[in-house]
Amino acid sequence: MLTVVYFAWVREAVGCDEEQVDRPAAGASVADLVTMLATRGGGYADAFADASRLRAAIDQRFVPLDTAIGDAREVALFPPVTGG
Amino acid sequence: MRRIAVQAGDFDVAAELAALEALGGGGVASFTGIVRGDGGLIALELEHYPAMTQAQIGRIVDAAMTRWPLLGVHVIHRVGRLEPGARIVFVGTASRHRTAALESCAFLIDWLKADAPFWKKEHFADGASHWVAARAEDDSKARGWGG
Repeated sequence: MLTVVYFAWVREAVGCDEEQVDRPAAGASVADLVTMLATRGGGYADAFADASRLRAAIDQRFVPLDTAIGDAREVALFPPVTGG
Repeated sequence: MRRIAVQAGDFDVAAELAALEALGGGGVASFTGIVRGDGGLIALELEHYPAMTQAQIGRIVDAAMTRWPLLGVHVIHRVGRLEPGARIVFVGTASRHRTAALESCAFLIDWLKADAPFWKKEHFADGASHWVAARAEDDSKARGWGG
């Protein structure tokens, strides 16, 4: 299993801040995970239909969405950051 | 010489500056970010990625300390619900030289905006609320430091 965490409006759209999902096939990228999550419909479709609105981190490091998940423990999906 | 804090509570700017001044450099620069009450805003809610935030700010501080000869760096970022007038963020730098202190302070706040895992939600007096959209300008400002 893979831990997926959500923040900001992504978290609100999917209705939870963390969940376990089946580990994607070998070689799958974060973008592939996003595509898979979008097929769940409902809030997931709202959050994940347009990957250009999303940013990601793998094991607490920012990564481009085309990065392979590999043997990561945690993937985070969120909008562009707005701190400071 | 480096202090990074992510906290709900307020911080004491004078105490942070005094600690930086005590490091023996010739100059201390700082930036304090305050919640603006524009357009009927009654509160900002700051969310972050607890498992990542401290380490990511540490990487930004590392980059500043590699680039400028700094004696000290303090970064404090608040999270949770903040009302207009409240302090959100503090960056303070100490160096033997003013240019290093001033430039590194600007570098740090630019990168905190563009590359630290915080998200702001605005709450308004009429009950409306929405997540703040990232500004391309903030990203390009950070990238403008190069390297």
